[in-house]
Amino acid sequence: MHLRTGWFLLRRLLSVLPGLLGVTLVIFLLTRVLPADPAVLVAGDQASKADLARARAELGLDRGLPEQYLHYMVRLLHGDLGMSLSTGHPVAQDLAQRLPATLELTLAALALAVAAAVPMGVLAAVRRNTVWDHVSRVVSIAGVSLPVFWTGLLLILVFYYALGWFPPPMGRISSLVGGPERITGFYTLDSLLARDGERLLLSLHALALPALALALVAMAPLARITRAAMVEALAADCVRAARAAGLPRRTVLWAVAFRNGLIPVLTTAGMVFSFLLGGNVLVEKVFAWPGVGSYAAEALVVNDFAPVQGFVLAMAILYAVLNLAIDLLYGVIDPRAQTVHG
Amino acid sequence: MRRAAMFGLILVAALLGPGAGAQAAVLDRSEVLVVGAENDITTIDIHFGANRPAYGASWNLHARLLTFGTKKLPNGTLSYNYEDIQPELAESFTVSPDKHTITFVLRKGITFHNGDPITAEDVKWSFDRAVSLGGFPTVQMAAGSMTKPDQFEVVDAHTFRVRFPHVNRLSLPDLAVPVPAIYNSTLAKKHATAQDPWAKEWLKTNDAGAGPFLLEKWTPGEEIVYRAFNSYVGGAPKIKRVVFRIIPSAATRRALLERGDLDIAFELPPKDVAELAHNPKLKVESAPIENIAYYVAMNTRMAPFDNKKLRQAVCYAVPYENIVKEVVYGRGLPLNTPIASNTFGHDAKLSPYKYDLDRARQLLAEAGYPNGLDVEMTITNARSLDEQIAVWTQAELKKIGVNVKIKKIPDGAFVKAMVDKTMAFQVNNFGGWLNDPAYFFFWNFHGGHNANWNTGNYVNPALDGLIEKARFEPDRAKYLALTKDMQKVVLEDAPWCIIFQPTLDAVMQPNVKGFTYWFHRQIDFRPLSKEKAS
Repeated sequence: MHLRTGWFLLRRLLSVLPGLLGVTLVIFLLTRVLPADPAVLVAGDQASKADLARARAELGLDRGLPEQYLHYMVRLLHGDLGMSLSTGHPVAQDLAQRLPATLELTLAALALAVAAAVPMGVLAAVRRNTVWDHVSRVVSIAGVSLPVFWTGLLLILVFYYALGWFPPPMGRISSLVGGPERITGFYTLDSLLARDGERLLLSLHALALPALALALVAMAPLARITRAAMVEALAADCVRAARAAGLPRRTVLWAVAFRNGLIPVLTTAGMVFSFLLGGNVLVEKVFAWPGVGSYAAEALVVNDFAPVQGFVLAMAILYAVLNLAIDLLYGVIDPRAQTVHG
Repeated sequence: MRRAAMFGLILVAALLGPGAGAQAAVLDRSEVLVVGAENDITTIDIHFGANRPAYGASWNLHARLLTFGTKKLPNGTLSYNYEDIQPELAESFTVSPDKHTITFVLRKGITFHNGDPITAEDVKWSFDRAVSLGGFPTVQMAAGSMTKPDQFEVVDAHTFRVRFPHVNRLSLPDLAVPVPAIYNSTLAKKHATAQDPWAKEWLKTNDAGAGPFLLEKWTPGEEIVYRAFNSYVGGAPKIKRVVFRIIPSAATRRALLERGDLDIAFELPPKDVAELAHNPKLKVESAPIENIAYYVAMNTRMAPFDNKKLRQAVCYAVPYENIVKEVVYGRGLPLNTPIASNTFGHDAKLSPYKYDLDRARQLLAEAGYPNGLDVEMTITNARSLDEQIAVWTQAELKKIGVNVKIKKIPDGAFVKAMVDKTMAFQVNNFGGWLNDPAYFFFWNFHGGHNANWNTGNYVNPALDGLIEKARFEPDRAKYLALTKDMQKVVLEDAPWCIIFQPTLDAVMQPNVKGFTYWFHRQIDFRPLSKEKAS
């Protein structure tokens, strides 16, 4: 079993590489095709033509595209993602510093979404066409139609501005307190590890509203897919057999039907996670959350290409790793999946 | 289930117990000034790759030989005083009889943030750096006729001399702008390399200043924390810490201000400022920005705008009053001439232009376009104000048959188009650091110099002659006469339709005292204090 899983892992990892290579090529070309000049960022708006030419040469932009791509790939293989012109730091350093903020937010949003949407979907499937089903439908439609920055601003208006129940949307934690000592970069985890109750509560409190804004978007597909998967699972033969065997309703629902309905839910969770990773730029902006989304968006606006390339690559890698994890989880949930994929 | 509950209880008990770790003490809100800003700085080194917020960082982290004094504006807001040069690191200076040399005597016993003494060597290294790096700092130093390292001389450890090739009234004020910041050369040289002799890499993120504040922490994209430098030459600042927090969303900044979680925010949209001015729980300080103009420019050397009558026609069609009222919400003064209301030589009576569509139609016909024409206007995506100005202008021009197509492009591309002068019609603005009209004309209308800011692509040798005379005219009355002549020429040829002079607005809690308007449009933390509620 270990050897088979090992091979499986290796083959999956290798199959991901051509995709990643394609990503680097596409993002490299896209940033070069834009009608903008990163030299302006370096040379400033008082630059003369000579200053601009000098800046372009410094950035290596005066060489041919294939040569620039080659240099980029060579540096990439050494782990060098280039320098950010807007922060002055290496992109790899910036990403490492900011990625935990985005991951923490996204994972919290996903957890909230799953915790709310899955029971809601199960309930909707079990009590079809009752008020619970309709509530689930309305919440899903609202979540997916309302733009996330609007929901974010609305949450700030109601829960911070009007009611004062949540901390000021100024980032991950109050500047006056400061974050916990960095171990993983996740404020909640690091506070836990440092046994710092105050910082744990403060970071959870600050995480609540932005995670909720994102979760509302994620709930829609999760709730609907759970409902559909459960409806199908409940109609299966094994469920009828379990009921006939006299198993209690709760066991039939969770131990038999739910386990079978879980695979599509897991796939959806994976898709939602990768969508959230990219889509949290606006939430980061509204809540002043210092994540990689706003980092890349701000860099793009000032024609600072290296962070944009780094960000897209990081997201592509995360997505590939996530899919791999989900594939492995299939094997755990459904033993039949292992033989199919082995 | 039970096991999970047990684990949870143990966890909670462990957390509530002692051992919160050796963490930094929580700061006291009453001693910290929290500033909300839209954009982060790109560097703390104003000599290379600095964006506008970076000017503010450099201003507070560094000291210079000279600075400006303060005055009070009619509306009660404090402002720097361009006419009042004050000593900072230099305790005194003497001008030679022929006015070609200025000798500075440095104060004794002054140090940088790390304790190193400040000497004339540091001043020379910093000045040499500014003129040698090229780009923005070199251009700025040149405005004061400082262009070569051999103009700067270390006479002794406490005496520094600058030799000027000619007399320039801008030389002294140019020594008090952010660019001639004094860096700790001993510290910087330790981090210089053969490829990087001026320590550009290291000084981007490391503090080598002697200014009123030290850099305590800079987390890019999140915040900059400044701590007061108690040995600052001008006295220890009253605020002990400033947290400069990056909050990109203007709506969020406004909500934070109104709830009291931000002490001060500026660069809020004019609509928000206009509304907040009526909020009794907040205070708005404003000052009209000096030596600035917001305008639409026409490329005088590109068809169809190489036609003077067409340009003049456009200048009768711009809805000046409506823009000030509806776009800027009154957070600006109407302006119809290139010299702003608080700049020497301002004369509002010289301009004939006002919103008059009949006159515009008449001139359009005289220009040879009785049936109108199609033109393209370019705007940057960096300023939403520009887009609104473009739309208002487009609506009015349509009424006289001129169909304007608005093209919005990324700021990087816009600046490149300014350098290449490829735009026919654009919205833009320029504000000069030094409050001097000849300086404004030199950057915006001098054909020989033809800077990027000569957005009208205007070349008029006669005007160039006037500008050159004005730049070095020592007699005040003659200078005034020249400013009138320069305004008349530019108004007649109309490369620009000048619309308004924006105000700098800062919204703050009522207990924040000492806010002062500076020409660099960033916050000077030195005079700020938070009055304790009694």
